[in-house]
Amino acid sequence: MAVSAIFGAKVKRREDPRMITGRGRYTDDVKLPGMLYAAFVRSPHAHARIKGVNIEKAKKIKGVVCIYTGKDTEGKVAPVPCAWQIPNADLKVPKYNPLAVDKVRYVGDPVAVVVAETPYAARDAAEAVEVEYEPLPAVVNQVEATEEGAPQLYDDVPNNIAFRWTLQGGDVEKAFQEAEIVIEQDLINHRLQPTAIETRGAVANYDPSTGELTMWMTSQNPHIHRFLISVMTGVPEHKLRVIAPDVGGGFGSKIHVYGAEAVVAFLAKELCRPVKWMEDRRENYLATIHGRDHIQHVRVAAKRDGTILGIEVKTYANLGAYLSTAAPGIPTWLFGLMLCGPYRIQAVKCEVIGVLTNTAPVDAYRGAGRPEATYILERIIDILARELGMDPAEIRLRNFIPADAFPYQTAAGPVYDSGNYEQAFKRALELIEYEKLREEQRRAREEGKLLGIGISSYVEICGLGPSRGVRATGFGLGLWESTTVRVHPTGKVSVYTGGHPHGQGEETTFAQIVAEELGIPIDDVDIIHGDTGEIPFGMGTYGSRTTPVAGGAIALACRRIKEKARKIAAYILEAGEADVEFEAGKFYVRGSPEKSVPIQQVALASYAAGEGEIPPGMEPGLESTVFYDPENFTFPFGTHVALVEIDPETGQVKVLKYVAVDDCGRQINPMIVEGQVHGGIVQGIAQALWEEALYDKNGNLLTATLSDYAVPTAADVPSFVTDSTVTPSPHNPLGVKGVGETGTIASTPAIVNAVVDALAHLGVKHVDMPLRADKIWKILKEKDIAK
Amino acid sequence: MARKKQLLETAETYVSVSMKVNGVPCSAKIEPRTLLVHFLRDVLGLTGTHWGCDTGNCGACTVIMNGKSVKSCNIFAVQADGAEIITIEGLAKDGQLHPIQEAFWENHGLQCGFCTPGFIMQAYWLLQQNPNPTEEEVRRGISGNICRCTGYQNIVKAILTAAEKMKR
Repeated sequence: MAVSAIFGAKVKRREDPRMITGRGRYTDDVKLPGMLYAAFVRSPHAHARIKGVNIEKAKKIKGVVCIYTGKDTEGKVAPVPCAWQIPNADLKVPKYNPLAVDKVRYVGDPVAVVVAETPYAARDAAEAVEVEYEPLPAVVNQVEATEEGAPQLYDDVPNNIAFRWTLQGGDVEKAFQEAEIVIEQDLINHRLQPTAIETRGAVANYDPSTGELTMWMTSQNPHIHRFLISVMTGVPEHKLRVIAPDVGGGFGSKIHVYGAEAVVAFLAKELCRPVKWMEDRRENYLATIHGRDHIQHVRVAAKRDGTILGIEVKTYANLGAYLSTAAPGIPTWLFGLMLCGPYRIQAVKCEVIGVLTNTAPVDAYRGAGRPEATYILERIIDILARELGMDPAEIRLRNFIPADAFPYQTAAGPVYDSGNYEQAFKRALELIEYEKLREEQRRAREEGKLLGIGISSYVEICGLGPSRGVRATGFGLGLWESTTVRVHPTGKVSVYTGGHPHGQGEETTFAQIVAEELGIPIDDVDIIHGDTGEIPFGMGTYGSRTTPVAGGAIALACRRIKEKARKIAAYILEAGEADVEFEAGKFYVRGSPEKSVPIQQVALASYAAGEGEIPPGMEPGLESTVFYDPENFTFPFGTHVALVEIDPETGQVKVLKYVAVDDCGRQINPMIVEGQVHGGIVQGIAQALWEEALYDKNGNLLTATLSDYAVPTAADVPSFVTDSTVTPSPHNPLGVKGVGETGTIASTPAIVNAVVDALAHLGVKHVDMPLRADKIWKILKEKDIAK
Repeated sequence: MARKKQLLETAETYVSVSMKVNGVPCSAKIEPRTLLVHFLRDVLGLTGTHWGCDTGNCGACTVIMNGKSVKSCNIFAVQADGAEIITIEGLAKDGQLHPIQEAFWENHGLQCGFCTPGFIMQAYWLLQQNPNPTEEEVRRGISGNICRCTGYQNIVKAILTAAEKMKR
């Protein structure tokens, strides 16, 4: 593949001019004439029966238009569907009402909705709605929820177990029989709050004369939302238009279908007036999905030389009170499939028990299942190394899948497309000067300083994905991606993509793809996304899929356009098609580059469509619509290394150095790749050190504001050293793999490994996250280090 | 009729505020509890100022009020009566981006863009206070703003670059 100046260049983002001048257009910026405002009444109880809802006082508040309770919307707005119904797991999908009818099951469960002339009036009235509850015992911990006598959330889900899922590959029994050493460890991968800075919200507008309903909403996948909101509200899919304008971060939380958005659509239709609803931050924390929340037990069989023979994992996954859109697939497929990581592990067994509890629904959050798998492996391999007296670098090198083994099918099932794990690993160690750091650490320990070095190697599954593969896991639709690339008569190009970037910069990188493929200036290309009224059905942006899948679709569409353009050019040049070359946007007969036809001239000819312009019988026009269904997933990989120092007096952890070497295949725009890695690293460090969604035993969320939920600021993190290796994906049209989640996946275990390493000489083998100062200080006090 | 009466009753509780926003005098009758961020966004239609948390933690609503950076979700519009306000919309002059805006663009200092206006306004104030900040000072100076996308590295780089640009 020819590499031009534009593909691979650090092109400044085209999204930025509107965003740095305040002209970005987010959902809350949509204001329509006659617009009403909705506010939800949410349960203050984690588990309670609804005895009655009194709206009389609320109705009298000035500006209130109407109030609907769960009983009022029952039968009018259908329950929220679960779209990833995993097979062979005895899956139970309880009824998920958009507004609770008889029972509330978590703090924040919506009970009623108020509509008023102003947002302030709506909120006043929501507070004035009197709901009579009969509180019931609640359970928030997923292991306790399965125990005898635990509160039951549903009559038809015994022991609160929504599913039991198992994955097995290779001979696990044999691996443990042959083991020279077996390591066991309990691990907690705690719950997180995704925290897109823009909360969720929607504006709906219904036109009774046409029956059309238009929604602006904070969505990562407008077509999925259109499809499912159509099913829930009965608005026919072709009469429902979903526009996801600029979206202020998603991190998974805006993939899912929630009851609230469907209720807003219903209200607009009922009232024949536009209705807006925006969450406040507390509502976002209570009722938008949370992520992670695994209680894990892991066993590893190994030889004394460090070779890992097999791994066995049992996980209790907390799913929250209802099964959110993709909830069953995240802790199962996206977790279990990656339990071999970058290592030649010949046997794997994974059992996942999905449990319903009185907490907010849990679903895909940045990394989604893969950070949980990587964390297990990277922690256990460090624990094993320590047990064997090996260096954590040496044990990884011993177990890596070698570069010449690809494509490589792991015991867990997936076929890794390409990789060179050792190369990225060695580069990372070289950049952080690993040997020198170990020396520094030895000296520091003598002086009473607590320095730790943590390594984390990972491979992740993304580029979701081949439709037959994902359908076999029970996912509701295939995961192809669509595009229409339209060349206009002047040679300018509009690209309609089913991806919906919301920070990932594809308005720029996709234009780079088109500029490269068609040999035209990047300024001649526009990328249009996020509006179901304009683009073909698309699957949206999540799971690091947009560049490999939507980008792949665009490349293929450009190539089809070039095929047709070549025929037209050959006709104009009166040459055989096979003799026509294409270079830098121009067609010419091989050997005579001086007489050329630019693609812009071909475009005009394709629309003029007369004699001498296009071949007889050819269809006019120059555009292509492609639905690209990838043949495999993509598997980015890399190694991150962290150096941390613990303050022996306070237990505070400081990240001193951080090196990330990632391989996401070919890079379209290295500046954007680097930005994705930076952001991912900070989210991963945040889980390791600070962030934790905390419920008390009664199911109250203690971290329901940004004052309580510890998202790091610029003062909490250092600058990172990033580098990359390039191992193209052999099956992707562009050789790209995806990079949106790598940083988050790799950084959490790197930091935890570093902190445990800093404490290792004190006999500390493992500490559960988050490694906040109070927790470390207690350990240091026990060891007589801190005063 | 009932609705008209209701609206009239509401109007009685309104108060007048006047302020200069991006050099333009403006006044309106508002509910006394109207937050400055809502006044800017909903009354004046200046939607470049965002809100993200209600508790003064995220800084997406940062604007300049009488020369100081403030979080406009923690201020009532009536407290800004008579004030001079600068929002993100007021930074570029005659179609020319402010050096801070340029630096954010050149250094990939934004991704989803939602927190960006707040960061740029905070940087604007920070560089007025300290035209020669170190990386450490920049990191501390923007620690009242939260970005979930960038990991801050390129924001810090952008502000350091802007400081250089503004010296020229």
